Amino acid sequence: MAQVHLRNLIKAYGALQVVHAINLDIADGEFVVLVGPSGCGKSTTLRMIAGLEDISGGEIAIGERVVNDLPPRDRNISMVFQNYALYPHMTVRENLGFSLKIAKRPQADIDVAVNKAADILSLTPLMDRRPAALSGGQRQRVAMGRAIVRHPEVFLFDEPLSNLDAKLRTQMRVEIKKLHQRLGSTIVYVTHDQVEAMTLADRIVIMRDGHIEQVGTPIEVFDNPVNTFVATFIGSPPMNLLEGRVDQGAVVLTDGSRLPIPPRYTAAQGAAVTYGIRADNIMPVGHALPAGDHIATVDMAVTLSEPLGTETLLFAELAGTEVQAKMLNPRPVRGRETMTFQIALDKCHLFDAATGSALRRA
Amino acid sequence: MKLGKFPPWLALLMPAIVLLAAVVLVPLVLSFYSSFTSYKLTKPDTLYNWIGTFNYQKAAGDIYFWTAFGRTVLLLTVALNLEMVLGLGLALMVSKVTRGQRLLRTMMMFPMMFSPILVGFQFKFIFNDNVGLVNNTLQSLGLTTTAIPWLVDAHLAMFSIISAEIWTSTSVFAILILAGLYAMPQDPLEAAKVDGCTPLQSFRFVTLPFLMPFIYIAMAIRSLDVARAYDIVQIMTNGGPARRTELLWTLIGRTGYVDAKMGYANAMGYISILLAIFFTVYFFRKLTAARAELGMAL
Ligand SMILES: Nc1ncnc2c1ncn2[C@@H]1O[C@H](COP(=O)(O)OP(=O)(O)O)[C@@H](O)[C@H]1O
Ligand SMILES: [Mg+2]
Repeated sequence: MAQVHLRNLIKAYGALQVVHAINLDIADGEFVVLVGPSGCGKSTTLRMIAGLEDISGGEIAIGERVVNDLPPRDRNISMVFQNYALYPHMTVRENLGFSLKIAKRPQADIDVAVNKAADILSLTPLMDRRPAALSGGQRQRVAMGRAIVRHPEVFLFDEPLSNLDAKLRTQMRVEIKKLHQRLGSTIVYVTHDQVEAMTLADRIVIMRDGHIEQVGTPIEVFDNPVNTFVATFIGSPPMNLLEGRVDQGAVVLTDGSRLPIPPRYTAAQGAAVTYGIRADNIMPVGHALPAGDHIATVDMAVTLSEPLGTETLLFAELAGTEVQAKMLNPRPVRGRETMTFQIALDKCHLFDAATGSALRRA
Repeated sequence: MKLGKFPPWLALLMPAIVLLAAVVLVPLVLSFYSSFTSYKLTKPDTLYNWIGTFNYQKAAGDIYFWTAFGRTVLLLTVALNLEMVLGLGLALMVSKVTRGQRLLRTMMMFPMMFSPILVGFQFKFIFNDNVGLVNNTLQSLGLTTTAIPWLVDAHLAMFSIISAEIWTSTSVFAILILAGLYAMPQDPLEAAKVDGCTPLQSFRFVTLPFLMPFIYIAMAIRSLDVARAYDIVQIMTNGGPARRTELLWTLIGRTGYVDAKMGYANAMGYISILLAIFFTVYFFRKLTAARAELGMAL
């Protein structure tokens, strides 16, 4: 079994550096998700771990071995590609068994391993088809099957679900999680979809522009984002951010309204700050969760409402900024109705307006 | 204006039909008919001398014809396989070049830009036993003191002809295979690396199967070409000496125009065409199978 260590890992294409000296330690059997907007260097990082991309600087270790100069075949990894990358001229059975055949395993062993993988992924009726005769979801399962027959030390997934429709994606997400529980292997999984990251990961690694912004469990990064980027990237709808200035323990917004500094945060008098409130923590009075010990109230005119059934998403305006709020046990909302909202201050956030960094109390 | 009693569609097709009939149908019918006569170019009247299948029977029992037939098949097999291997190697190398690849691709086409007649003359000179480049080089290097009869000895002459064929046409394979390499998706190659393949195994199990349709197209084109090989051989050896390099079409050409036995030549020609048809059908079958295997539309 294997841990994966990235130490000051750098990738540059000529003068263009796309991964900037990142450090990451992945424990044995851990499910780690690299998440970030498209172009932030997730795939590049994953492909360096796989050995498909040269390493420009730093070190990658799998288990105890530094693998910088090892070709992919000597790293004992499997990879599931975004476009599945199946061998078009081979049947499903041959696709699944190919790595074992290359490893010169006896045919009887290959058959056992292939049939088992096919069974796990419900591919048995498709074994003699070629990839061209499969649907997207079926191809995706073959790609997964090809990865699991080998029992590698580390699984690498590069956006494996992004080509599937929403329903299938949800289904496969559950399958992947079950697979991890069953196999217990180390998994490094790349996605740009924060929902996928939250639901799958033991730990989430949030990347931006070739840097790691934050590493933590899904709950940690959701509850304690280190900066505005993470705060808005993780969670849906994205966290509301309001600009203001600190004045005697409160934040004065641009329209002069005051919100108390959230309990877990601190800021110097007069500092320019960004106030962060998730939609789940700003709710109309009478339609809210118990909001804890520290509560503020604001009045806002609702400009738009999106009924979702169990809740309604409200769009309102506060200090010139659009704010999204949630209404539980929803009732119909009239156009431009003014409502009083409760803000659960315990769950609010405060960031430095210039750097975006969280101003957590030490 | 009335278009006679023709339906309009037929009237509109008429020019095409007339043209096709003039350039394809008439010669075809005429030559086919003449293969059942004792037609000699020197005695035009013989065109009406019907002799049934005599010419075909004669060809069937003609040792020279069958030797030329066998030699053509041999040339086809050897030349095509060598061209395939060399073209594949060339394409793989060119595809790895990062700078000046366009220039290389253009240069690769040079041999195809020369008329086969000129290529024949050029190689006739190169392999000339007295003043030829090859013998001069070998002698200057001290590798031999004798004048090697490149175009006279039966085996060497075939070798020389095959060299000329390969020089002109390897690029047909190279270019089609290069097109295949450009069209090749990279993902499966990466998957193969992760699945444990060495570069050689990736080539054997992933690249090559993908290239097979391109190779078969080149084979089909080239088999037609070589089955009707005439010009290079005609210039380099004229099928000789003493029929040692006689191919089907040099034999047929000589029978028809030198010996003036056009009826007999046409009969041999029709038998020979079966060869070309056989190879074309064979490679197109292979092509279809290879494409089906890759899941391409047929
Ligand atoms: N071969 C390449 N040459 C130059 N730049 C590249 C190359 N491959 C990727 N990049 C750049 O590297 C950055 C990271 O890409 P990638 O890792 O694919 O992002 P993603 O997070 O979407 O997977 C992008 O800005 C991309 O443009
Ligand atoms: Mg990517």
